Amino acid sequence: MNYFIQLIVSGIVLGSIYALIALGFVLIYKATRVLNFAQGELLMAGAYIAFALTVQLHIPFWSAFFIAMLLCALLGLIIEILILKPLIGEPIISIVMITIGLSIVLKAIVEMIWGTETRVYPAIFSTQPIALGAISVSKSSLFSLVAAITLFIIFHLFFKFSSTGIAMRAVADDQQAAQSMGINIKKIFAISWMVAALVAGIGGILIGNMNGINVSLGMFGLKVFPAVILGGLDSIPGAIIGGITIGVLESLSGGYLDPLVGGGVKMVAPFAILLVILLIKPYGLFGTEEIEKV
Amino acid sequence: MLKIKNIEVVYDDVILVLRGMSIEAKKGSITVLLGSNGAGKSTTLKAISGLLKSEEGKITDGDILFENRSLKNRNPEEIVSAGIFQVMEGRRIFGTLTTEENLKVAGYCRKYGKKILKNKIEKIYEYFPHLKERREIRAGYLSGGEQQMLAIGRALISEPKMILLDEPSLGLAPLLVKELFEIIERINRIDKITILLVEQNADIALSIGNYGYIMENGKVVLEGSCAKLRENEDVKEFYLGISAEGKKSFKNVKHYRRRKRWL
Repeated sequence: MNYFIQLIVSGIVLGSIYALIALGFVLIYKATRVLNFAQGELLMAGAYIAFALTVQLHIPFWSAFFIAMLLCALLGLIIEILILKPLIGEPIISIVMITIGLSIVLKAIVEMIWGTETRVYPAIFSTQPIALGAISVSKSSLFSLVAAITLFIIFHLFFKFSSTGIAMRAVADDQQAAQSMGINIKKIFAISWMVAALVAGIGGILIGNMNGINVSLGMFGLKVFPAVILGGLDSIPGAIIGGITIGVLESLSGGYLDPLVGGGVKMVAPFAILLVILLIKPYGLFGTEEIEKV
Repeated sequence: MLKIKNIEVVYDDVILVLRGMSIEAKKGSITVLLGSNGAGKSTTLKAISGLLKSEEGKITDGDILFENRSLKNRNPEEIVSAGIFQVMEGRRIFGTLTTEENLKVAGYCRKYGKKILKNKIEKIYEYFPHLKERREIRAGYLSGGEQQMLAIGRALISEPKMILLDEPSLGLAPLLVKELFEIIERINRIDKITILLVEQNADIALSIGNYGYIMENGKVVLEGSCAKLRENEDVKEFYLGISAEGKKSFKNVKHYRRRKRWL
């Protein structure tokens, strides 16, 4: 039983990071209807930016964390201005292909600068795990969980109450009508990319803090895909629940099924579940049902 | 206040929709724009509000002057801040946002403070008490009439000098249409907002309007005061459904139509 709870807890921690990355996908998709395949690479870029700041420039972790957040947002903005703005009005499929190209470019740049070996952050938390009853959690995991939850609350409040947040939802709902209200949709697109790059960067730092970083971090983008689809592409609560579900499933299948077949189930399980759920609910668990008046 | 001078609008670089279209809307008036389907009424409104761009349309000739400043091919957000607000055809409310959020979004471009925005929204609720009861409901679940009220409410939030209304009566019950036009008249009279109205319901539009234009094939073919237009034999025949021998019965479908004199 303890083993089970332990798996669930580590699943939730992993899942909360998935949820963060999923949030980035959802933000961009909601505002611009573009599926950003470079989300995983944005995460990787964030992780390496934080690495450069802490290890190479010797900036203390917490300041580095916030500077990295700003730089990630800036990176998102630059990508939006240089690559996506000229494509406004082009078919969505071309833009999606561009994001795949972008992911390759980002990965190549990171490899050029930092090489391919795994790097680690300086330890900021003691490795001594915290005992919560019968189970134990590492401090960095706990930090990740708390950081993720804090961000979700901030985003929830942002979209519910801030005028920019509401305007972003309006643009997601009906672009042309939003324009007719005098909303500058280009600005909204830019903000979406900035925020998406920011959350991806934070996700990257959290993962790097637990497992170290290397270029395969970009793969997280793909792994989070089932979480995004599961929750419904345009739902923020869906991204959170989808992310945590996938994290827990991965952890459980890793713990129980991998020893039986000799490993690997962990990687496949989320996709298998994804298939089943999409068969039953094609819009995902929380995708918006279109409200239509006849 | 608003002058459209001989504009030419082209979609997709090839499709010529408006050719030599000119109208004028005087300050404080209700100007009515009538015409059959595809005449270019909505295109005219979108040319003014700048929404043409999002449909690959462009003004290729002529000019649009608002308070003597050119609005030609400007971005929609610039035109909204200049004081022109378009209420689009089919209401186009944000279905996934609540009623109140719809109103808040409309104030976004004005950058009101929290308190001012709240007062403005309260004022809209005074106009449309129905909306107040439904403030927390997703706007997609509102009835057609309520959605139209919301669409007009959104226009009023930004305190425009001029509102462009594109077929507000579309899909509404006759009783609601009557109520709606009373509201439009009130907005014009009390809030002193100039209105440019595109309507299919010619009868009611001409009854509240001051001056009217009739469009066909991308240009104006007839204009005059609304009272005068109502007396015009062609308008009676083709827009009001009244012919020289009195009200027409739809039983005689195969009637011989009089030739339009303006062609």
